Amino acid sequence: MMSETILRGLRERDPRGIARAISLVEENDPMADEILSSLDDSLVDQAMVLGITGPPGAGKSTLTDRIISRYRSLGKRVGVIAVDPSSPISGGAILGDRIRMMGHALDKDVVVRSMATRGRLGGLCAAAGAAVRILAGSGCSVIIIETVGVGQSEMDIIRLADITALVLAPGLGDDIQAMKAGLLEVADILIVNKADCAGAETLAMDMESIAREGGKEKDRVNVCMTVASEGRGTDELLAAIETVDISHRETGERRTRREKAYDLEVLDWALEMIKPSIIEKIEKWDHVRKGAPRLQAARLLGQE
Amino acid sequence: MAEQKKTHRVLIGKPGLDGHDRGAKFIARALRDAGFEVVYTGIRRTPDEIAAAAVQEDVSAVGLSLLSGAHLSLFPAVVRALKSAGAGDIPVLGGGIIPDEDIVLLKEAGINAVFTPGTPVAQIIAAFRTACETQEARRN
Repeated sequence: MMSETILRGLRERDPRGIARAISLVEENDPMADEILSSLDDSLVDQAMVLGITGPPGAGKSTLTDRIISRYRSLGKRVGVIAVDPSSPISGGAILGDRIRMMGHALDKDVVVRSMATRGRLGGLCAAAGAAVRILAGSGCSVIIIETVGVGQSEMDIIRLADITALVLAPGLGDDIQAMKAGLLEVADILIVNKADCAGAETLAMDMESIAREGGKEKDRVNVCMTVASEGRGTDELLAAIETVDISHRETGERRTRREKAYDLEVLDWALEMIKPSIIEKIEKWDHVRKGAPRLQAARLLGQE
Repeated sequence: MAEQKKTHRVLIGKPGLDGHDRGAKFIARALRDAGFEVVYTGIRRTPDEIAAAAVQEDVSAVGLSLLSGAHLSLFPAVVRALKSAGAGDIPVLGGGIIPDEDIVLLKEAGINAVFTPGTPVAQIIAAFRTACETQEARRN
Protein backbone atom coordinates (compact mmCIF):
# COMPACT_ATOMS: atom_id res chain seq x y z
CA MET A 1 0.00 0.00 0.00
CA MET A 2 1.45 3.36 -0.98
CA SER A 3 1.38 6.42 1.26
CA GLU A 4 -1.05 8.08 -1.15
CA THR A 5 -3.55 5.26 -0.64
CA ILE A 6 -3.00 5.30 3.11
CA LEU A 7 -3.51 9.05 3.34
CA ARG A 8 -6.74 8.79 1.41
CA GLY A 9 -7.74 5.95 3.73
CA LEU A 10 -7.10 8.16 6.76
CA ARG A 11 -9.22 10.98 5.36
CA GLU A 12 -12.00 8.55 4.52
CA ARG A 13 -11.65 6.92 7.95
CA ASP A 14 -10.97 3.55 6.36
CA PRO A 15 -10.08 1.13 9.19
CA ARG A 16 -7.43 -0.62 7.15
CA GLY A 17 -5.74 2.62 6.12
CA ILE A 18 -5.61 3.80 9.74
CA ALA A 19 -4.25 0.42 10.89
CA ARG A 20 -1.56 0.35 8.18
CA ALA A 21 -0.51 3.90 9.00
CA ILE A 22 0.00 3.02 12.68
CA SER A 23 2.02 -0.08 11.70
CA LEU A 24 4.25 2.00 9.47
CA VAL A 25 5.16 4.35 12.31
CA GLU A 26 5.67 1.40 14.65
CA GLU A 27 8.09 -0.11 12.14
CA ASN A 28 9.88 3.20 11.50
CA ASP A 29 9.00 2.94 7.84
CA PRO A 30 10.18 5.90 5.72
CA MET A 31 6.57 6.36 4.53
CA ALA A 32 5.57 7.19 8.11
CA ASP A 33 7.16 10.66 7.97
CA GLU A 34 5.22 11.49 4.85
CA ILE A 35 1.97 10.36 6.43
CA LEU A 36 2.60 12.21 9.70
CA SER A 37 3.55 15.42 7.86
CA SER A 38 0.35 15.34 5.84
CA LEU A 39 -2.02 15.05 8.80
CA ASP A 40 -4.43 17.84 9.62
CA ASP A 41 -2.74 19.60 12.56
CA SER A 42 -5.94 21.29 13.68
CA LEU A 43 -7.52 17.87 14.29
CA VAL A 44 -4.51 16.88 16.40
CA ASP A 45 -4.75 20.16 18.35
CA GLN A 46 -8.45 19.76 19.04
CA ALA A 47 -8.43 16.13 20.16
CA MET A 48 -8.45 15.36 23.86
CA VAL A 49 -5.83 12.82 24.88
CA LEU A 50 -6.74 10.94 28.02
CA GLY A 51 -4.20 8.73 29.77
CA ILE A 52 -5.47 5.83 31.85
CA THR A 53 -2.90 4.11 33.99
CA GLY A 54 -2.68 1.93 37.06
CA PRO A 55 -1.49 -1.44 38.31
CA PRO A 56 -2.43 -4.68 36.51
CA GLY A 57 -5.89 -5.86 37.45
CA ALA A 58 -7.17 -2.48 38.62
CA GLY A 59 -9.77 -2.47 35.86
CA LYS A 60 -8.27 -0.06 33.33
CA SER A 61 -9.58 -1.84 30.23
CA THR A 62 -13.07 -2.33 31.65
CA LEU A 63 -13.16 1.31 32.67
CA THR A 64 -11.89 2.34 29.24
CA ASP A 65 -14.72 0.33 27.72
CA ARG A 66 -17.23 2.31 29.81
CA ILE A 67 -15.61 5.64 28.98
CA ILE A 68 -15.79 4.76 25.26
CA SER A 69 -19.53 4.09 25.63
CA ARG A 70 -20.12 7.46 27.32
CA TYR A 71 -18.22 9.42 24.69
CA ARG A 72 -19.94 7.47 21.92
CA SER A 73 -23.32 8.43 23.37
CA LEU A 74 -22.14 12.04 23.04
CA GLY A 75 -21.46 11.37 19.37
CA LYS A 76 -17.68 11.53 19.66
CA ARG A 77 -15.39 9.30 17.62
CA VAL A 78 -13.00 7.55 20.01
CA GLY A 79 -9.51 6.15 19.51
CA VAL A 80 -7.80 3.83 21.99
CA ILE A 81 -4.14 2.91 22.21
CA ALA A 82 -3.82 -0.04 24.58
CA VAL A 83 -0.24 -0.70 25.60
CA ASP A 84 0.95 -4.02 26.97
CA PRO A 85 4.51 -5.06 27.81
CA SER A 86 6.70 -7.08 25.45
CA SER A 87 8.54 -10.03 26.92
CA PRO A 88 12.16 -9.02 27.48
CA ILE A 89 13.15 -12.63 26.73
CA SER A 90 11.38 -13.41 23.46
CA GLY A 91 10.31 -9.95 22.35
CA GLY A 92 6.80 -11.31 21.93
CA ALA A 93 3.70 -10.02 23.66
CA ILE A 94 0.15 -10.95 24.47
CA LEU A 95 -2.09 -7.99 23.82
CA GLY A 96 -5.28 -8.69 25.68
CA ASP A 97 -6.81 -5.31 26.50
CA ARG A 98 -9.18 -5.62 23.56
CA ILE A 99 -11.11 -8.43 25.23
CA ARG A 100 -12.82 -5.93 27.54
CA MET A 101 -13.67 -3.65 24.65
CA MET A 102 -15.05 -6.16 22.15
CA GLY A 103 -18.52 -4.67 22.63
CA HIS A 104 -17.32 -1.82 20.41
CA ALA A 105 -15.69 -4.07 17.81
CA LEU A 106 -18.31 -3.39 15.15
CA ASP A 107 -18.59 0.34 15.86
CA LYS A 108 -16.77 2.10 13.03
CA ASP A 109 -16.23 5.14 15.24
CA VAL A 110 -14.24 3.28 17.86
CA VAL A 111 -10.68 2.57 16.77
CA VAL A 112 -8.78 0.32 19.15
CA ARG A 113 -5.12 -0.40 18.61
CA SER A 114 -2.99 -2.63 20.82
CA MET A 115 0.66 -1.76 21.06
CA ALA A 116 3.53 -3.69 22.63
CA THR A 117 6.37 -1.88 24.38
CA ARG A 118 8.91 -3.74 22.19
CA GLY A 119 11.66 -3.02 24.70
CA ARG A 120 12.50 0.27 23.11
CA LEU A 121 14.62 2.81 24.91
CA GLY A 122 12.00 5.46 24.78
CA GLY A 123 10.72 4.74 21.34
CA LEU A 124 7.39 3.56 22.60
CA CYS A 125 6.57 7.12 23.47
CA ALA A 126 7.46 8.14 19.92
CA ALA A 127 5.37 5.35 18.42
CA ALA A 128 2.42 6.05 20.72
CA GLY A 129 2.68 9.77 19.98
CA ALA A 130 2.55 9.07 16.27
CA ALA A 131 -0.44 6.78 16.77
CA VAL A 132 -2.21 9.57 18.65
CA ARG A 133 -1.64 11.88 15.68
CA ILE A 134 -2.91 9.31 13.22
CA LEU A 135 -6.04 8.61 15.26
CA ALA A 136 -6.69 12.35 15.60
CA GLY A 137 -6.04 12.80 11.88
CA SER A 138 -8.65 10.16 11.16
CA GLY A 139 -11.27 12.10 13.08
CA CYS A 140 -11.05 10.77 16.64
CA SER A 141 -11.83 13.65 19.00
CA VAL A 142 -11.15 11.61 22.13
CA ILE A 143 -8.04 9.46 22.29
CA ILE A 144 -7.41 7.19 25.25
CA ILE A 145 -3.95 5.82 25.99
CA GLU A 146 -4.21 2.88 28.34
CA THR A 147 -1.07 1.53 29.93
CA VAL A 148 0.16 -0.31 32.98
CA GLY A 149 1.66 2.27 35.27
CA VAL A 150 4.98 0.65 35.95
CA GLY A 151 8.32 1.42 34.45
CA GLN A 152 9.76 4.52 32.90
CA SER A 153 8.59 4.05 29.33
CA GLU A 154 4.98 3.65 30.43
CA MET A 155 5.26 6.76 32.56
CA ASP A 156 6.61 8.63 29.55
CA ILE A 157 3.64 7.61 27.44
CA ILE A 158 1.30 9.02 30.02
CA ARG A 159 3.09 12.32 29.64
CA LEU A 160 1.70 12.43 26.11
CA ALA A 161 -1.76 12.79 27.62
CA ASP A 162 -3.60 16.05 28.22
CA ILE A 163 -5.25 14.51 31.26
CA THR A 164 -4.14 11.48 33.24
CA ALA A 165 -6.34 9.26 35.37
CA LEU A 166 -4.82 6.78 37.79
CA VAL A 167 -6.96 3.71 38.42
CA LEU A 168 -6.53 1.90 41.72
CA ALA A 169 -8.54 -0.88 43.29
CA PRO A 170 -8.76 -2.27 46.82
CA GLY A 171 -6.75 -5.39 47.49
CA LEU A 172 -3.84 -4.50 45.22
CA GLY A 173 -1.67 -3.15 48.01
CA ASP A 174 -1.86 -0.29 50.46
CA ASP A 175 -1.45 3.42 49.88
CA ILE A 176 2.32 3.07 50.18
CA GLN A 177 2.30 0.99 46.99
CA ALA A 178 0.51 3.79 45.21
CA MET A 179 2.93 6.34 46.60
CA LYS A 180 6.12 4.56 45.67
CA ALA A 181 5.00 3.93 42.13
CA GLY A 182 5.45 7.62 41.45
CA LEU A 183 2.14 7.59 39.69
CA LEU A 184 0.34 9.93 42.02
CA GLU A 185 2.44 12.85 40.87
CA VAL A 186 1.24 12.58 37.30
CA ALA A 187 -2.43 11.93 38.02
CA ASP A 188 -5.09 14.60 37.49
CA ILE A 189 -7.85 12.24 38.56
CA LEU A 190 -7.64 9.35 41.02
CA ILE A 191 -10.11 6.57 40.40
CA VAL A 192 -10.94 4.00 43.05
CA ASN A 193 -12.40 1.21 40.93
CA LYS A 194 -14.12 -1.90 42.28
CA ALA A 195 -15.72 0.49 44.75
CA ASP A 196 -18.16 -2.24 45.78
CA CYS A 197 -15.34 -4.34 47.21
CA ALA A 198 -14.11 -4.34 50.79
CA GLY A 199 -11.41 -1.78 51.41
CA ALA A 200 -12.60 0.67 48.75
CA GLU A 201 -13.69 3.29 51.29
CA THR A 202 -10.36 3.17 53.10
CA LEU A 203 -8.47 3.39 49.81
CA ALA A 204 -10.60 6.35 48.74
CA MET A 205 -9.97 8.09 52.08
CA ASP A 206 -6.22 7.54 51.70
CA MET A 207 -6.36 8.91 48.18
CA GLU A 208 -8.43 11.91 49.32
CA SER A 209 -5.85 12.76 51.96
CA ILE A 210 -3.04 12.44 49.42
CA ALA A 211 -5.03 14.55 46.97
CA ARG A 212 -5.50 17.27 49.61
CA GLU A 213 -1.75 17.53 50.08
CA GLY A 214 -1.74 19.10 46.63
CA GLY A 215 -1.76 22.51 48.31
CA LYS A 216 -3.79 25.10 46.46
CA GLU A 217 -7.50 24.44 46.18
CA LYS A 218 -7.56 24.44 42.39
CA ASP A 219 -4.65 22.01 42.17
CA ARG A 220 -6.54 19.41 44.13
CA VAL A 221 -6.85 16.08 42.45
CA ASN A 222 -10.34 14.67 41.95
CA VAL A 223 -11.09 11.31 43.51
CA CYS A 224 -13.76 9.24 41.73
CA MET A 225 -15.29 5.97 42.84
CA THR A 226 -16.34 3.55 40.14
CA VAL A 227 -17.55 0.01 39.60
CA ALA A 228 -16.49 -0.31 35.99
CA SER A 229 -17.93 -3.81 35.54
CA GLU A 230 -21.40 -2.37 36.24
CA GLY A 231 -20.81 1.05 34.73
CA ARG A 232 -21.26 2.79 38.08
CA GLY A 233 -19.55 6.13 38.55
CA THR A 234 -18.68 6.71 34.90
CA ASP A 235 -20.93 9.79 34.65
CA GLU A 236 -19.12 11.35 37.61
CA LEU A 237 -15.79 10.39 36.08
CA LEU A 238 -16.67 12.05 32.78
CA ALA A 239 -17.73 15.17 34.65
CA ALA A 240 -14.39 15.16 36.49
CA ILE A 241 -12.53 14.78 33.18
CA GLU A 242 -14.43 17.72 31.75
CA THR A 243 -13.68 19.88 34.79
CA VAL A 244 -9.96 19.15 34.51
CA ASP A 245 -10.05 19.76 30.75
CA ILE A 246 -11.73 23.16 31.14
CA SER A 247 -9.33 24.17 33.90
CA HIS A 248 -6.29 23.06 31.87
CA ARG A 249 -7.47 25.06 28.87
CA GLU A 250 -8.07 28.17 30.99
CA THR A 251 -4.76 28.06 32.82
CA GLY A 252 -2.70 27.21 29.75
CA GLU A 253 -1.70 23.89 31.33
CA ARG A 254 -2.98 22.05 28.27
CA ARG A 255 -0.71 24.04 25.97
CA THR A 256 2.27 23.56 28.32
CA ARG A 257 1.73 19.79 28.42
CA ARG A 258 1.38 19.56 24.66
CA GLU A 259 4.67 21.41 24.22
CA LYS A 260 6.43 19.16 26.72
CA ALA A 261 4.97 16.09 25.06
CA TYR A 262 6.19 17.27 21.67
CA ASP A 263 9.72 17.78 22.99
CA LEU A 264 9.57 14.37 24.61
CA GLU A 265 8.66 12.79 21.29
CA VAL A 266 11.55 14.57 19.59
CA LEU A 267 13.91 13.35 22.32
CA ASP A 268 12.61 9.83 21.84
CA TRP A 269 13.17 9.87 18.13
CA ALA A 270 16.66 11.28 18.66
CA LEU A 271 17.51 8.45 21.06
CA GLU A 272 16.02 5.92 18.64
CA MET A 273 18.24 7.30 15.90
CA ILE A 274 21.44 7.28 17.95
CA LYS A 275 20.96 3.89 19.57
CA PRO A 276 21.85 1.62 16.61
CA SER A 277 25.20 3.33 16.04
CA ILE A 278 26.09 3.06 19.72
CA ILE A 279 25.16 -0.62 19.77
CA GLU A 280 27.33 -1.13 16.71
CA LYS A 281 30.27 0.63 18.37
CA ILE A 282 29.96 -1.49 21.50
CA GLU A 283 29.77 -4.68 19.46
CA LYS A 284 32.84 -3.80 17.39
CA TRP A 285 34.77 -2.29 20.23
CA ASP A 286 37.71 -4.31 21.49
CA HIS A 287 37.54 -3.03 25.06
CA VAL A 288 38.55 -4.53 28.35
CA ARG A 289 35.44 -5.08 30.41
CA LYS A 290 36.84 -3.54 33.56
CA GLY A 291 36.53 -0.28 35.44
CA ALA A 292 33.64 2.13 35.56
CA PRO A 293 31.12 1.52 32.76
CA ARG A 294 30.25 5.20 32.84
CA LEU A 295 33.82 6.11 31.83
CA GLN A 296 33.73 3.52 29.06
CA ALA A 297 30.51 5.07 27.78
CA ALA A 298 32.11 8.52 27.78
CA ARG A 299 35.10 7.14 25.86
CA LEU A 300 32.76 5.48 23.42
CA LEU A 301 31.01 8.75 22.74
CA GLY A 302 34.39 10.52 22.42
CA GLN A 303 33.87 12.71 25.45
CA GLU A 304 36.82 11.64 27.58
CA MET B 1 14.61 0.15 14.82
CA ALA B 2 14.55 -0.41 11.09
CA GLU B 3 17.27 -3.04 11.03
CA GLN B 4 15.58 -5.09 13.68
CA LYS B 5 13.76 -8.15 12.40
CA LYS B 6 10.14 -7.40 11.79
CA THR B 7 7.81 -8.34 14.61
CA HIS B 8 4.89 -10.41 13.36
CA ARG B 9 1.46 -9.44 14.65
CA VAL B 10 -1.21 -12.12 14.79
CA LEU B 11 -4.72 -12.40 16.21
CA ILE B 12 -5.86 -15.43 18.17
CA GLY B 13 -9.56 -15.77 18.80
CA LYS B 14 -12.41 -18.15 19.27
CA PRO B 15 -15.48 -17.76 17.10
CA GLY B 16 -18.88 -19.07 18.11
CA LEU B 17 -20.19 -20.40 21.39
CA ASP B 18 -17.39 -22.76 22.39
CA GLY B 19 -15.86 -21.50 25.61
CA HIS B 20 -12.94 -23.89 25.90
CA ASP B 21 -10.01 -21.54 25.52
CA ARG B 22 -7.16 -23.60 26.90
CA GLY B 23 -5.89 -24.44 23.43
CA ALA B 24 -6.19 -20.86 22.20
CA LYS B 25 -4.31 -19.55 25.23
CA PHE B 26 -1.65 -22.22 24.88
CA ILE B 27 -1.04 -21.21 21.26
CA ALA B 28 -1.09 -17.51 22.20
CA ARG B 29 1.63 -18.11 24.81
CA ALA B 30 3.67 -20.31 22.46
CA LEU B 31 3.56 -17.61 19.78
CA ARG B 32 4.52 -14.94 22.31
CA ASP B 33 7.48 -17.06 23.39
CA ALA B 34 8.45 -17.33 19.72
CA GLY B 35 8.54 -13.54 19.50
CA PHE B 36 5.11 -12.84 18.02
CA GLU B 37 2.83 -10.04 19.15
CA VAL B 38 -0.45 -11.79 19.82
CA VAL B 39 -3.71 -9.87 19.95
CA TYR B 40 -6.00 -12.11 21.98
CA THR B 41 -9.69 -11.43 21.52
CA GLY B 42 -11.06 -14.08 23.84
CA ILE B 43 -14.02 -16.41 23.59
CA ARG B 44 -17.44 -16.20 21.96
CA ARG B 45 -16.72 -13.75 19.16
CA THR B 46 -18.69 -13.40 15.98
CA PRO B 47 -16.78 -13.72 12.69
CA ASP B 48 -17.47 -10.02 12.04
CA GLU B 49 -15.96 -9.01 15.39
CA ILE B 50 -12.85 -11.06 14.71
CA ALA B 51 -12.50 -9.57 11.22
CA ALA B 52 -12.95 -6.00 12.51
CA ALA B 53 -10.33 -6.56 15.21
CA ALA B 54 -7.92 -8.13 12.71
CA VAL B 55 -8.22 -5.07 10.47
CA GLN B 56 -7.81 -2.51 13.27
CA GLU B 57 -4.82 -4.35 14.70
CA ASP B 58 -3.24 -4.77 11.27
CA VAL B 59 -2.32 -8.38 11.96
CA SER B 60 -0.54 -10.52 9.37
CA ALA B 61 -2.49 -13.67 10.24
CA VAL B 62 -5.59 -14.78 12.13
CA GLY B 63 -5.58 -17.97 14.21
CA LEU B 64 -8.87 -19.57 15.22
CA SER B 65 -9.45 -22.28 17.78
CA LEU B 66 -12.61 -24.34 17.94
CA LEU B 67 -13.43 -27.52 19.79
CA SER B 68 -17.18 -27.58 19.35
CA GLY B 69 -17.37 -29.15 15.91
CA ALA B 70 -18.71 -26.01 14.23
CA HIS B 71 -15.45 -25.39 12.34
CA LEU B 72 -16.96 -26.11 8.93
CA SER B 73 -19.34 -23.19 9.26
CA LEU B 74 -17.35 -20.81 11.49
CA PHE B 75 -13.85 -20.94 9.99
CA PRO B 76 -15.10 -20.11 6.45
CA ALA B 77 -17.41 -17.48 7.99
CA VAL B 78 -14.33 -15.67 9.34
CA VAL B 79 -12.70 -15.86 5.90
CA ARG B 80 -15.84 -14.31 4.38
CA ALA B 81 -16.04 -11.65 7.13
CA LEU B 82 -12.42 -10.66 6.41
CA LYS B 83 -13.23 -10.40 2.71
CA SER B 84 -16.20 -8.13 3.31
CA ALA B 85 -14.04 -6.02 5.65
CA GLY B 86 -11.66 -5.52 2.72
CA ALA B 87 -9.05 -7.79 4.28
CA GLY B 88 -9.47 -11.03 2.37
CA ASP B 89 -5.69 -11.14 1.95
CA ILE B 90 -5.11 -11.85 5.66
CA PRO B 91 -4.48 -15.61 6.02
CA VAL B 92 -6.65 -17.60 8.43
CA LEU B 93 -5.22 -20.58 10.30
CA GLY B 94 -7.35 -22.89 12.39
CA GLY B 95 -7.01 -25.55 15.03
CA GLY B 96 -9.18 -27.83 17.08
CA ILE B 97 -10.77 -31.23 17.10
CA ILE B 98 -11.13 -31.53 13.35
CA PRO B 99 -11.62 -34.80 11.44
CA ASP B 100 -9.25 -35.45 8.53
CA GLU B 101 -12.02 -35.29 5.93
CA ASP B 102 -12.94 -31.81 7.12
CA ILE B 103 -9.38 -30.52 6.70
CA VAL B 104 -9.70 -30.87 2.93
CA LEU B 105 -12.98 -28.96 2.97
CA LEU B 106 -11.53 -26.20 5.16
CA LYS B 107 -8.52 -25.77 2.87
CA GLU B 108 -10.89 -25.52 -0.10
CA ALA B 109 -12.80 -22.85 1.81
CA GLY B 110 -9.61 -20.77 2.04
CA ILE B 111 -8.17 -21.79 5.41
CA ASN B 112 -4.40 -21.49 5.16
CA ALA B 113 -3.52 -24.30 7.59
CA VAL B 114 -5.35 -26.64 9.95
CA PHE B 115 -3.95 -28.12 13.16
CA THR B 116 -5.34 -30.99 15.17
CA PRO B 117 -4.58 -32.39 18.64
CA GLY B 118 -1.05 -33.71 18.59
CA THR B 119 0.32 -31.26 16.02
CA PRO B 120 3.76 -30.31 17.38
CA VAL B 121 3.77 -26.71 18.57
CA ALA B 122 6.93 -25.96 16.56
CA GLN B 123 5.02 -26.87 13.41
CA ILE B 124 2.20 -24.49 14.34
CA ILE B 125 4.64 -21.66 15.02
CA ALA B 126 6.42 -22.34 11.73
CA ALA B 127 3.08 -22.21 9.87
CA PHE B 128 2.23 -18.86 11.47
CA ARG B 129 5.67 -17.52 10.64
CA THR B 130 5.40 -18.56 6.98
CA ALA B 131 1.86 -17.18 6.72
CA CYS B 132 2.99 -13.85 8.24
CA GLU B 133 6.06 -13.55 6.04
CA THR B 134 4.07 -14.28 2.89
CA GLN B 135 1.38 -11.79 3.86
CA GLU B 136 3.88 -9.06 4.78
CA ALA B 137 5.74 -9.48 1.49
CA ARG B 138 2.48 -9.31 -0.46
CA ARG B 139 1.14 -6.35 1.50
CA ASN B 140 4.15 -4.10 1.10
